Amino acid sequence: MIDTQEAVMEAVPVRKDVAVEVRELRKEFVLRDRKKGRFGKRTRVALDGVTFSMERGETVAILGQNGSGKSTLVRLLSTLLLPDGGSARILGHDVVAEHRAVRRVVNRVSVEASFFKKMSASENLSYAARYYGMTSKQTREKIPAILGRVGFPHDRRDEPMENLSRGMQQKVALARALLTSPVVLLLDEPTTGLDPRSKLEVQDFIREIRTSHDSTILLCTHDLGEAEILAERVGILDRGRLLLLEPADEIKQRYGASTLEEAFFAATGREFEAELDEDDDREVMA
Amino acid sequence: MKALMGTMRAELVGAGGVVERNAYLTKRYIWWDVAWFVWTVANTLTIVFIAKGIEATGGSLDVNATMTTLLIGAVVWAYLGILFEFLMETVAWERWEGTIEYTFMAPLSRAMHLAGQGIFAILYGLLRATFLFIICAFVFFDLVIPDANYVAALVVLMVASVSFIGIGMMMSVLPLISPEKGTQLGFVAQGTLLVVSGVYYPVEVLPGWMQAIATISPATYALDGIREAILEGQGLTAMWDELWPLIIIGVVSIPLGLWVFSRGEQYAKKHGKLKRSG
Repeated sequence: MIDTQEAVMEAVPVRKDVAVEVRELRKEFVLRDRKKGRFGKRTRVALDGVTFSMERGETVAILGQNGSGKSTLVRLLSTLLLPDGGSARILGHDVVAEHRAVRRVVNRVSVEASFFKKMSASENLSYAARYYGMTSKQTREKIPAILGRVGFPHDRRDEPMENLSRGMQQKVALARALLTSPVVLLLDEPTTGLDPRSKLEVQDFIREIRTSHDSTILLCTHDLGEAEILAERVGILDRGRLLLLEPADEIKQRYGASTLEEAFFAATGREFEAELDEDDDREVMA
Repeated sequence: MKALMGTMRAELVGAGGVVERNAYLTKRYIWWDVAWFVWTVANTLTIVFIAKGIEATGGSLDVNATMTTLLIGAVVWAYLGILFEFLMETVAWERWEGTIEYTFMAPLSRAMHLAGQGIFAILYGLLRATFLFIICAFVFFDLVIPDANYVAALVVLMVASVSFIGIGMMMSVLPLISPEKGTQLGFVAQGTLLVVSGVYYPVEVLPGWMQAIATISPATYALDGIREAILEGQGLTAMWDELWPLIIIGVVSIPLGLWVFSRGEQYAKKHGKLKRSG
């Protein structure tokens, strides 16, 4: 794609097989607490010593309820948050000290397909690609091709995003993420709130990315079935702590469970909640 | 070396992306912009009519020169408003649309991100200021400005714009720190900057402490320079007294603006405010 990205790829890691390396990662948020008076505050631990690693080309799903820390993890790896402890490295680059190198190789799709709503899919993809150094000459062919790949109708490319369904918008979000050829793709509940058909289409496309793109995928989801069919390993994040990270079959075996839901219950001691659209940390105040 | 050139090229392309995005948005919201422009014209007229009003109530003054002086003040006010508005939108609009996380996790440096925003703001602001000046000066009032040196006025405005962008960068961090009220504080900064800079009156009429602040405001020198160029036809050489302070303030304000913004971004990343909902 761009020379800088090639340079980054050449300059990386000591352990070439490791794409994501997270060690004792910790994040706290300070929240207002009216019970403690007008200026009262309390601390909520969003991530508590999370440790795991992902190999190049691997897909890992992180399961967790609302507030479990999934979105915080994704935002830390996206360089949008500063950790309070521990470290995270992507292709050997520290997400804090080498955030620009990390940004060149990471992209994400979140639960909300966020776009400039008055702009068209082509326009949104076009300017976003420039931020990654892609020229108009490069995007002129690549944008129609990638929109075609996600099944976006040709005749709607110049329509404002606000006219598109959520499923359609999420496809454009996937296209935006893939346009920059990320080595690590962070998917934060990419199918939440989609109708069943759109959900299947997005899941199919994630499968295709795995096989054709050689991307390392971290999928944070509420959807147990989605985690099981898309990921090689499944992690359970509960109240900021990563309880385990294993293949789905081994998790079920470990807890003598017939379904992942049963295993989740056994691991956390709690029922798996129905999914909500809200971001984990939306209530957080400094 | 190859990697460095690649990085520089990518940075320039990225800054171009910011300009491109703003161009798309301006195109999409063009009728709102037209409506906003009508408001700016109306607002400017209310100010310029003051000169005619004073004459009508028996005051003695050079109406043509006073109207031109007021018009320049109003046009600079409007121009500065556009510059600050675009820079404040670096965060505010992105947060509103929900794109803030995608923009801030892109590998584009913050300096080039803000530069792209500033470049578009200058181009758009200049176009708007030109229309505003022409419509008010020649359509509504038929002002006589035979000696005007428009090129010199433009150069002064461009040099001043560097400082304005630097100050705007400092202001644009406010919506990052306070999603709810940060944007409004930008208007406070704009008003404060202009009130001490002699926007519709000579700086000499201000209290001493305000005159002291006026010496470090780029708007003071911009307004003086533009008025000298348009009313007296002064060239750039004669305006060196206005230009050198503008250059110095510009050289200081850009790095200072970037530093302030980066501190604000660090704060937002520490406290989890770099996201759509604030």
